Amino acid sequence: MEFEPVIGLEVHAQLKTRTKIFCGCDTAFGAPPNTHVCPVCLGMPGVLPVLNRIVVEYAIKMALATNCDIAPKSRFARKNYFYPDLPKGYQISQYELPIAEGGYVEVDADGGNSRKIGLTRIHMEEDAGKLIHDPDRPHSRVDLNRTGVPLIEIVSEPDIRSPREAGAYLRQLRAILRYLDISDGNMEEGSFRCDANVSVRPAGSDPLGTRTEVKNINSFKFVESALAYEIKRQIAVLEDGGVIIQETRLWDSGRQRTVSMRGKEEAHDYRYFSDPDLVPLVIDDAWIETIRKTLPELPRARKARFVDNFGLPEHDADILTSSKELADYFEACVRQINAPKLVSNWVMGPLLALLNAEGRTIADTPVSPERMAELLALVENGTISGKIAKTIFDEMVQTGESPEAVVSRKELVQVTDEAALEAIVDRVLAANPSEVESYRGGKTKLMGFFVGQIMKETRGKANPQIVNTLLKNKLG
Amino acid sequence: MKPLYGMTIHEAHDLLKKREISAVELTRAVLDRINAVEPLIDAYITITAGQAISDAEAADQAISRGDIRPLTGIPLAVKDLICTRGVRTTCASKMLENFTPPYDAAVMTKLNAAGAVMTGKVNMDEFAMGSSTENSAFKITRNPWDLNRVPGGSSGGSAAAVAADMCLGALGSDTGGSIRQPASHCGVVGLKPTYGRVSRFGLVAFASSLDQIGPLAKDITDAAILMDAVSGHDPKDATSVNREVPDYVAGLTRDIKGLTIGIPREYHASEGISPDVQTAIDGAADVFKNLGAQFVEISLPHTQYAVAAYYLIAPAEAGSNLARYDGVKYGFRAADPSGLMDMYCRTRSAGFGPEVQRRIMLGTYALSAGYYDAYYKKASQVRTLIRRDFEKAFKICDIILAPVAPTPAFPIGQNIDDPLAMYLSDIFTLSANLAGIPGLSAPCGFSKDGLPVGMQLLGNFFDEQTLLTAAFQFEQATDIHLKKPQLPAH
Repeated sequence: MEFEPVIGLEVHAQLKTRTKIFCGCDTAFGAPPNTHVCPVCLGMPGVLPVLNRIVVEYAIKMALATNCDIAPKSRFARKNYFYPDLPKGYQISQYELPIAEGGYVEVDADGGNSRKIGLTRIHMEEDAGKLIHDPDRPHSRVDLNRTGVPLIEIVSEPDIRSPREAGAYLRQLRAILRYLDISDGNMEEGSFRCDANVSVRPAGSDPLGTRTEVKNINSFKFVESALAYEIKRQIAVLEDGGVIIQETRLWDSGRQRTVSMRGKEEAHDYRYFSDPDLVPLVIDDAWIETIRKTLPELPRARKARFVDNFGLPEHDADILTSSKELADYFEACVRQINAPKLVSNWVMGPLLALLNAEGRTIADTPVSPERMAELLALVENGTISGKIAKTIFDEMVQTGESPEAVVSRKELVQVTDEAALEAIVDRVLAANPSEVESYRGGKTKLMGFFVGQIMKETRGKANPQIVNTLLKNKLG
Repeated sequence: MKPLYGMTIHEAHDLLKKREISAVELTRAVLDRINAVEPLIDAYITITAGQAISDAEAADQAISRGDIRPLTGIPLAVKDLICTRGVRTTCASKMLENFTPPYDAAVMTKLNAAGAVMTGKVNMDEFAMGSSTENSAFKITRNPWDLNRVPGGSSGGSAAAVAADMCLGALGSDTGGSIRQPASHCGVVGLKPTYGRVSRFGLVAFASSLDQIGPLAKDITDAAILMDAVSGHDPKDATSVNREVPDYVAGLTRDIKGLTIGIPREYHASEGISPDVQTAIDGAADVFKNLGAQFVEISLPHTQYAVAAYYLIAPAEAGSNLARYDGVKYGFRAADPSGLMDMYCRTRSAGFGPEVQRRIMLGTYALSAGYYDAYYKKASQVRTLIRRDFEKAFKICDIILAPVAPTPAFPIGQNIDDPLAMYLSDIFTLSANLAGIPGLSAPCGFSKDGLPVGMQLLGNFFDEQTLLTAAFQFEQATDIHLKKPQLPAH
């Protein structure tokens, strides 16, 4: 029997506000333990939460960017459970009345079409702290710096049909968060976390199968493999005549498999109820419209514009708009030199290869868009060849020089003087009489040999078009 | 002249202002009084004598500069669940026996800025759960009118301290009657303000949607002075309401001729109301009639469900609010736990007393999956109906006259093993918390045995003024509030 996977994703994104969601503590990552804390986020007796307005604005931004309906009145609720990283014994979250519901995110589906993945809801909540387990003694230390850092949880409908689509959806969500500049979206650092609800059903059938929840998918690398594993596991169980048990499973990236963590019976009863310390959150249209005006162009729209305005292939536009900074870099180049495809080739080629090799992001590129544009302008006006340009690019990375400086230091200006080149062509032909004879006898492949010899003579600086023309005339 | 410790706030203020006494003299007199009668009453958990004297000295300096406000140099007691920076705040619980907050409650910031002097932290039922102060982990406070009886609760320490002149006034907190009922039992004035009138920041939460801080005082003027000092919006409490606070003292002398007082049919004929209480309330009605008030019968039909709704909502919130006492960060932790679960279980079993544990379990149950709709949600709906009862009633009356408690103070030990009887005694007070309206308790008579009986005045949202004014006019027309419990002289 053919099986069809059904996937829904729950994403937690840390919002990069300056202060925490219910107190004025710093949210900066990496401070010494328990230094970004106060009585409120420590859950001391008698203190009260006060909602950070910026958190609401960021949540509204995400809701608008994902086409959600924003609730005119939403509520915070308490999710009650005991754990040492949760100082109040409850997490302030939203439950019955979340800030936003019913949006969608458009992604490139399997087969090249775009698909809308529905969003069930977006809600705001506070992060918990961290436990550091002592490896030598049965002790754990508690660091509450992260307690109260704002999160939004973005819950998708069970609309995703393959691990690849799940990856595309997550990358799209991350791109939107980054375009909005409201989250770092860094899965490895934990500012972007994903739990997956996975089930399978006979292809073409309607009712959903029993689902499992897969947790601990803590890297983009693992999303597709974790989901693929879980889908395969479920299908194998069903094909064996077994039944899927509703449970929470953990992705074990070392062993590349999911393992059972807890069953339905052991699931927490969170005893949600409205938090009486916080009044209902009222959001009026005026506030929404003010925020809507601040929304930047979003990744899908930018991609479409790159295709329409710059005539770029979909593939190029997709890669260039995958991050706002990369797209900004591309546009900065194109503003200086109107050769979009040339710029695209160089950004996606040498530049990204360099950044990937050095583990850098576009934010700390060693070659500014201005320098890149200067370099490509030299190619465009024929001062250097594309091949020489790559040499110059490498030099620029090494020395930080401008392309002109490299060109003049290494005397790399292209030779375009026809008389000079003609003399070299004549010399090369005279030195290789047998090859000239073979060529004239029909071995036209030897053209490359002659070009190579001329480039050798000129240390690669000969203008290839002129050389080609001269050779054809002389040999023809 | 009566002794300094026996003064009201406004009497002492007049003397301070005229420089006939100093704040230090006044504070010393109160501290001496505390030392003399504390062995009888057991009202205080912590006495802050040293700090009180230095605060009084500062008050005297302020007064000498001409800076005197109504509470400058006035010795006050504070219920031990209101956080006081640098002074331990125990909530009368073993769990917080050694907890010293590094912050002041918003009301303390206000009292300190007003120049008040704190004499110490007073006893209560553990985490404000109880109606007799017998649920304190540390001591049983005695009713100054009869040392074998309870002072009421949960603000029993505050009420007893005011009644026994161990402070000039006190702060308490009221979640289901915890200011009004002990005030009634101890023959003092108590006011639970409208929910949102006084900041809850720094008030250790019992049931967040019901808790309010309010004054306990020797007379109405003092209650108004304390209300003037602690009321008002606080950005640190999202549930505090940004609404203008009137000058309560200035409003006391308004005429109440033509005031319409509602008498709830359901309270009046309530079962279990003792003849002593009924007689006192009837007598109070006569006084109001003579003052020119008129009466109208009103109906609060959902009153019969109030106790049930309250004892679902309050424990549900309490169970969540008290989850933070887990032994991890502060407060009591059981020794040598074998693991996390063992630490949680033994810490909370040993740190909390039986009533607190009972309510945590009730509340946890009421919110559990499969029971939420039948219990917590239903109770929340009943709460809305109770609020609507009052909204409807206040369309035809200005204030409501009702008993505070069905009986005067009961003997120590009488109800301690019968939690249901204890819960039922809250019948007249907890509706005000569920609805969020203000309620005032003021002495209105005495039982045959000479125990004080209070009347309760309930008012519309944010209309504390009318309650205070009516009670002030009542006080002017009677001398009930002048009678004091007989304690051994010293």
